Amino acid sequence: MLLGGGVALALLWAPEDADQGASQRIFYIHVPIALTAYAMFGWGAWKALRLLGKREERYDLESYTAVHMGVIFGVLTLVSGSIWARASWGVWWDWRDNQLVLFLILFLFYSAYFMLRYSLAPGASRANISAVYALFGVVLIPVSFLAIRLAESFLHPGPVVLTRDVGENVPGSMLLTFCVCLAGMLALAAALYRSELLGKRVDARLRELREALA
Amino acid sequence: MTYLLAAYVVLFAALLAYLVIHALKLARLDRELAELTELARERRAEREEAPVGG
Repeated sequence: MLLGGGVALALLWAPEDADQGASQRIFYIHVPIALTAYAMFGWGAWKALRLLGKREERYDLESYTAVHMGVIFGVLTLVSGSIWARASWGVWWDWRDNQLVLFLILFLFYSAYFMLRYSLAPGASRANISAVYALFGVVLIPVSFLAIRLAESFLHPGPVVLTRDVGENVPGSMLLTFCVCLAGMLALAAALYRSELLGKRVDARLRELREALA
Repeated sequence: MTYLLAAYVVLFAALLAYLVIHALKLARLDRELAELTELARERRAEREEAPVGG
């Protein structure tokens, strides 16, 4: 409902941007999707840290599920970003843009997590190695997130929410729309995460049961 | 306007695709659970039919 309301606000209520026109409305889904991807990767790293600290098996599945969701939101970030880039800059991708390239590196790093995970036999060793890998990846999140604020010469638009310069902040209606969309996207990710985790847990228990009955 | 629609359509198409995949996975789990329940019933019936002590 939150996401539906956010999309309705973005398409029907938020004012049109003077520079970019209608295509600026992609901002209301692209940025929340990207922030949700960061949040899911961060959540996966947090669960990995808990696994390494407490040695409880359940954290392995939770970390894996969070990374899985992060990669899904990462694909959506790249696709929605490419569409916005085509509309605004006339190109689908620009290798000179630090923000784009850093996000792609983060995405590929976490995509490789699955190759690593499935190249190892299930067990404590796989859980530990996967957790360490997920923790390494979390270093890339602030780098990718801050690239937009630190780099100066590129095409990607700079931060427009919570900047130091009050004049650069977006109007209240745009900010409200953005916040509703962000809350909706995070709620959607949380719901999908719980549902996916439940599915994976049931799958694992059924496998154990099958082995016990065999 | 076309690109704006494309971005929103991609989001909802991806969400729909995910839900379909998840529904198929749940259906598979349901089938596996039914199979295992049947297997457990057969095992219990075998145990009950077997003579005591041998």
